[in-house]
Amino acid sequence: MNSASLWFIFIDSLLINNFVLAVFLGICPFLGVSGKLDTASRMGAAVVFVMLVSSALTYGINLLLVHLDAEYLRIISYIVVIASTVQLVEMFIKKKSPALFRALGIYLPLITTNCAVLGVAMFQTIRDYNFVQSIVFSLGAGLGFTLALVIMSGIREQLNLSDVPNAAKGTAVALMVAGILSMAFMGFAGLGSN
Amino acid sequence: MSESSSNRDIQVLLNGIWKENPVFVQVLGMCPTLAVTNSVRNAIAMGVSTVFVLVMSSMLVAMVRKIVPKQVRIATYILIISTFVTIVDYVIKAVSIPVYKALGPFIALIVVNCIILGRAEAFASKNTVYRSVLDAIGMGIGFCIALVCLGGVRELLGNGSFLGVPLFGPYYEPWVIFLLPSGGFFTLGAWLLAFSLIKERKARRAAQEQEQSV
Amino acid sequence: MSESSVQAGALPKAPSGVSMIVVMTSVATVCGLLIVTAFQATKGAIEHNVATITQESVLEILPGAARQIPFGVDAAGAVVREPAADADVSRIYAGYDESGALLGIAIEGRGQGWNELKILYAYSPDRQCIFGFKVLECRETPGVGDKITTQEDFLANFKELDATLDPATQSPVHPIVTVKHGTKKDKWEIDAISGATISSKAIGRILQESTTRLLPAITGHLDEIRKAGAA
Repeated sequence: MNSASLWFIFIDSLLINNFVLAVFLGICPFLGVSGKLDTASRMGAAVVFVMLVSSALTYGINLLLVHLDAEYLRIISYIVVIASTVQLVEMFIKKKSPALFRALGIYLPLITTNCAVLGVAMFQTIRDYNFVQSIVFSLGAGLGFTLALVIMSGIREQLNLSDVPNAAKGTAVALMVAGILSMAFMGFAGLGSN
Repeated sequence: MSESSSNRDIQVLLNGIWKENPVFVQVLGMCPTLAVTNSVRNAIAMGVSTVFVLVMSSMLVAMVRKIVPKQVRIATYILIISTFVTIVDYVIKAVSIPVYKALGPFIALIVVNCIILGRAEAFASKNTVYRSVLDAIGMGIGFCIALVCLGGVRELLGNGSFLGVPLFGPYYEPWVIFLLPSGGFFTLGAWLLAFSLIKERKARRAAQEQEQSV
Repeated sequence: MSESSVQAGALPKAPSGVSMIVVMTSVATVCGLLIVTAFQATKGAIEHNVATITQESVLEILPGAARQIPFGVDAAGAVVREPAADADVSRIYAGYDESGALLGIAIEGRGQGWNELKILYAYSPDRQCIFGFKVLECRETPGVGDKITTQEDFLANFKELDATLDPATQSPVHPIVTVKHGTKKDKWEIDAISGATISSKAIGRILQESTTRLLPAITGHLDEIRKAGAA
């Protein structure tokens, strides 16, 4: 059992080991949908939601797998659980809140291939988190992803107005900006240590 | 006839290596590209595992492409892909524990590497087994080249070595930033920049030639 | 009702459910077979690898050891020989020379630096000191925190680090502590790496916690451990 405190887990996944900028998870949506502040925050909200649900579900699945001595089915069952979670969440939101569903639009199904979601499930298993720790960890990771996405989209909106050389336009300059952001986030290292 | 078809096969193979390079041109599969390329050894291990998963799952997808109903095809592809990822996970552990530890959860995350699902959906589900495997090998080699390009630069500058062999002698002060996450972003950004510069230059030269011929 | 209408909306012209289920089941069966085959085929090699790695690390920090026997110390301080792989115990490895005499005990410790740290250190019950040290797992920042694995000055701290137990209370006389770089005076102090203080301090904390908890248990069962080597 991992004994890290909840506060440390939260700060660690939110800032110190930010999923996007330090662990390199969820880079595809980070580069793909960080063009506009509005879409970025919606995507972030969808990811936080799916992460929380799938983290709770995979925690249960892992208990079952360990009980059955069938750890070799871990990867396959996690990905199935995540894919079905996304489907269920999609149906649920569609029924309960059509407005939110329209707002999230295409981003919901895209989350299935967002490695950050599977990453949360794998990390919480490897680090032996208990149920509460897992939930806090997934919340921190989701919010961290959203934070990175929102900061990035803010910068990119400004970048559109500036004079970038033709060859560097698009992904190349976005990666450079991400590099500088990642350096800035390194400054958070040590927040939780004493 | 047969000559032109074998020519086309070579085209399929080369496509992934240069013209549609998954990393440098399509900008897919960024997460493993950035995460495990802080040394050439890790980059190669990741590349080889991805090639294995890519080739095997493309083959299986192409085999079952006619019997799988359209509605459940993505679910089937994911099942197939995660099977081979699990196999790779165990094989790496059996081959070398240090490599397994260095790659960590990123082996499991090959499942969500968009290159693999992308090739299954865009190519293997519409082509014969033979051509799907060729396409997978091409894309896989392209991915490996990109990983080694990144890992090479990062290890060379960040650690002063290549494949663990020190090159610059004891007085080289390593540029540690290249081993850190931000170095990954910078290096990939620089490679993409280089690629688009080459493309731009080619396009300009082609335009010039056209002008001259007119 | 509304559930099914949602599904029908998502899949406009669904073929018969039976054929979908048959295909999915057969694909899943084939996949399951492949996974289990791979698992069975690699099981032996993986166990062998894990065992070799531990063995190598143990023999590396206990120079001269010819063989080692694993023990486990549980939360109550009881010592068990060759604990099960999933037992909840702190692992120690007793190293013996050719004649079966106890050379020293390698002890596993773990804790939090910037990230999770796992170390192995050699303890000599005769000299009551730590005389070997190795970082097993370290995700500290390359070039900064990971100096704890390589820097010779830092590793020199562990050539003879005092861990004497008070015979009456069975607790360390001087708890191991990390001090600022260049201020080490006593044998139980660890000289920190300047610029990697947090990681150095983490090592000190892990050692302090581990010695305080495990050494009394080891001392209490020393005869048992010594005898195991003679057999």
